Amino acid sequence: MSASGDVARAVMRGAFGANRGRTALATLAIALGVGLGYAIQTVNRSAIAEFTSGMATLSGSADLVVRGPADGFDEAVYARIALDASVAAASPVVEVDARLPGRDEALRLVGVDALRAGAVTPALLGRGDSALDLLRPDRVFLSPAALVWLGLAAGDELAVQAGTSLATFMVGGTLEAPVGLRLGVVDIAAAQEAFGRLGRLSRIDVRITPGASVDAARAAIAGALPAGVTVERPGETADMAARMTRAYRVNLDVLALVALFTGSLLVFSTQALSVVRRRAQMALLRTLGLPRRRLAGLLLGEGALIGAVGAALGLVGGHALATVLLSVFGADLGAGFFRGAAPALDFSPASALVFAALGIAAAAGGAWLPAIEAARASPAAALKAGDDESVFGRLASPRPGLSCLVAALAIVALPPVGGLPVFGYAAIALMLIGTLLLLPRIARAILARVPQPRSTVAVLALDSLRAAPGQATVSLAAIVAAVALAVSMAIMVASFRESLSSWLDRMLPADLYLRSGGASSTGWLAPEDQRAIATLPGVRRAEFLRVLRVTASEGDPPVVILARDVDRASAADRLPLVGDAAPVPVGDAEVAWVSEAYADRYGATPGTSIELPIAGRAVTFAVAGVWRDYARQSGAVIVERGAYARLSGDERANDAALWLAPGASAGSVRETIERRFGPGRVTVASPGEIRAVSLAVFDRTFAVTYVLEAVAVAIGLVGLSASFGALALARRREFGVLRHLGMTRRQVGAMLAAEGGIVSAVGLAVGLALGGAISVILVHVVNRQSFHWSMDLRFPVAQLAALSAALLALATVTALASARRATAGDAVLAVKEDW
Amino acid sequence: MIRLSGLARAFPGPPPRPLFSGLDLSVAPGEIVAILGESGSGKSTLLNLIAGLDRPDAGSVVVDGAELSVLDDDARTRFRRERLGFVFQAFHVLPYLPVARNVALPLALNGVPDAAGDARVASLLDAVGLGDRAASMPRELSGGELQRVAIARALVHAPAVVLADEPTGNLDPRTAASIVALLRDTLKARGATGVLATHSHAAAAIADRVLVLAPDGLSPAAVHR
Repeated sequence: MSASGDVARAVMRGAFGANRGRTALATLAIALGVGLGYAIQTVNRSAIAEFTSGMATLSGSADLVVRGPADGFDEAVYARIALDASVAAASPVVEVDARLPGRDEALRLVGVDALRAGAVTPALLGRGDSALDLLRPDRVFLSPAALVWLGLAAGDELAVQAGTSLATFMVGGTLEAPVGLRLGVVDIAAAQEAFGRLGRLSRIDVRITPGASVDAARAAIAGALPAGVTVERPGETADMAARMTRAYRVNLDVLALVALFTGSLLVFSTQALSVVRRRAQMALLRTLGLPRRRLAGLLLGEGALIGAVGAALGLVGGHALATVLLSVFGADLGAGFFRGAAPALDFSPASALVFAALGIAAAAGGAWLPAIEAARASPAAALKAGDDESVFGRLASPRPGLSCLVAALAIVALPPVGGLPVFGYAAIALMLIGTLLLLPRIARAILARVPQPRSTVAVLALDSLRAAPGQATVSLAAIVAAVALAVSMAIMVASFRESLSSWLDRMLPADLYLRSGGASSTGWLAPEDQRAIATLPGVRRAEFLRVLRVTASEGDPPVVILARDVDRASAADRLPLVGDAAPVPVGDAEVAWVSEAYADRYGATPGTSIELPIAGRAVTFAVAGVWRDYARQSGAVIVERGAYARLSGDERANDAALWLAPGASAGSVRETIERRFGPGRVTVASPGEIRAVSLAVFDRTFAVTYVLEAVAVAIGLVGLSASFGALALARRREFGVLRHLGMTRRQVGAMLAAEGGIVSAVGLAVGLALGGAISVILVHVVNRQSFHWSMDLRFPVAQLAALSAALLALATVTALASARRATAGDAVLAVKEDW
Repeated sequence: MIRLSGLARAFPGPPPRPLFSGLDLSVAPGEIVAILGESGSGKSTLLNLIAGLDRPDAGSVVVDGAELSVLDDDARTRFRRERLGFVFQAFHVLPYLPVARNVALPLALNGVPDAAGDARVASLLDAVGLGDRAASMPRELSGGELQRVAIARALVHAPAVVLADEPTGNLDPRTAASIVALLRDTLKARGATGVLATHSHAAAAIADRVLVLAPDGLSPAAVHR
């Protein structure tokens, strides 16, 4: 190493020493960004891996799985498939979510034919005292997780709901199943009989003859299947689950990356201010012969070093955080996709490397502009006092910033890529970068319009900022980004919450709601139950709902059919329709109202027609309108219950909406229902209770979002504080002169506090405006394309005002603390330092 | 105007290094006194004691009738603001204020309205030869010009005493000569008392009285004018 290189490195080391606090903060910010991203990624990967492994175990050696709607399909299909020459073995399965009296969560019960399942899915065979137990209709075999969850052992009884009655099984033994999977296996005939599925199957696991082509067999089987029944490879189910949750996972990843971006901005401000501080030293090195490239390399190296240390800390912290997240929020971080799953965390070197690289790249990226600027600076000019602001000259041109904003506008409305709002995210990134590049110019424009204050202290503060907006605003980059994120998320969440609240009002017009179970639940209301409910004392009117889950198109996530007692004449008033509704056809034409997710996925618009598989037949429905549905992400269709019953012969219902007679009390009607069906058989709730639970679920889903948001704001605020501190220390001599001229310490403090307040107000104003713009993209592009949910834009004025006031106060206090530190020393010594 | 009695000050240790002790000095109103001494002799420390920026280990400092050692920090700050002017070796002109605003700074800190102060600033800038540079920024000025700004700033609020610490230390000999001449002329024109700390005999030559600072106090010195 050359002597000049040694000197240069010594100067850089000295700079690290002098900026120890700020360097540590920047490192910590990178660590936080890397840690959050890695933790979220690890939790998501673990959840998907657990789900995939569970599916693989349960599928056993099956090459293909024939799957039908949640209420099953005709078992005659089994006979046709089993006789196919390419099929070595086929195992029919009935799968239900067994409703357990007194529990909110259901137990997945699988009915298998033990003689056939052994050849395809041996993991579904229970282990008990006697092999014959596998064939007994009153036996159930439970996975270890289910045994623990239910607190049962072999020989105990398990009572599950069948309709509004109970079916009882004896625990015959255990079952091999992945850790955490709650599962029970019963005899298939017993399941069909107990759960009203005689002659119906949920799926068929198929093993192909060795040597035969799986694809050919699949095609042959597909050709013989009724509408709504599909054939797929076992892995595709796990892939579908991953696809269904991908938008949510990507959203969280992006939020974590924003934290990393904020960290990168903190590195930028640290390095930019450090370059300003070392400008004369670097000019000296350049004068002594250090090449430009080497100087830039050293400064970039500083950034990369911050990134490397931050990434290492982040990975260690991220792994620990993932463990905590998993235990607090669950495998899906609160979204409810993998409820009940308890996966083990797995370490992925590839993922760790990716996040380490991201951390280093973010930090080096943050150091890039200051490094280039320092390398390009003229040593002669840099050695002269008062040249500091020229470091920020590169930010003076509005062209790069404006180009970013124009590009953001150009791409924001482009359609999603693979179901993800790639261009929406890119537009947000461009808006952020564009605004940050324009920040000094925006700050100058705002500061020029601030009326001249009366107090000398405030005048000095304003003059100082007006003369050097670059130095002041560079410290704002991180806080502007963080405020913009927090504001945009706050607006988006408020818009979503208020829209959800209005939607719940529209969807819950009755006085009481009764639920027996979901689409694949073993709880249902038979016609006689429905008649009993409709004629209960105190009930003026009752409407019933049948919930079905069907596959509308092979490879797609299931669509929910809601067969409702809806009056087609007044449907537009009852349903939360969006856009224009088509005139409802009169006569015998079947009518459907599709959710936004369904409309987006299948291009259904009012006036067009769609096909839905009902009882094995494809039935054409005229689309009469598109409605807003916040409950089902992969699409739902409302059809008239009468038409559904006529087409399917299925008159059962899952839910009931009850309007009470004048003077009737909800409490007494609840008691009557309880007496009629027995305790815990059906769930009765008022609209207020459903609303409260729904909003609680909503808040839980966004809990992780709030955490990430708070972290980004904290990083920004810490960055601002560190920048204030650095700037205040760099101006100690100026404060010394002012103290000589008769300014009290308090006045110097007030001046810095005023500067901090003004700078923060500028940052806040820009952050609020930028956050508002980003929220429009989040609401109308990101959410719409990710989850197919439209919502009305709402501005939580009180919340934003509180956030602004808190940030302004914190920033001012921070500036005051920095001033106190900077003026704590001797004014005499301060002016003795080189000017 | 200035009375120093039995003044003692040491650099804090360990071990403490005595700068001077038993120092006495009286400066009459309107008089200009130059303190000569080698680097490290305590010239700047003496000025800081007179300015109330430092406290003596022993003795008293009375400036314009005020005993500084009994004043608290705020009172000494007010005292400096109203009655003292400073000229530094490194100029210390605020880089973000134009020349006129830099000169007006003491007036602003003393609460003098802009309208009343503008004429005084213009007059001072004319007096130091910078009447046409009022709107310039400090970075556009040479070292000599910056020191002229500092002199104007030191006098704009009509202080009783101006303290100048090595005012020519950063200037070439020709500029230095013009600056000290200007300093003397402006001080005399306004009847202000001046104390000038310098190691330059040429600079000291403008003073009415020249003293040499030694550990045992001040003694008169002969300089060629």
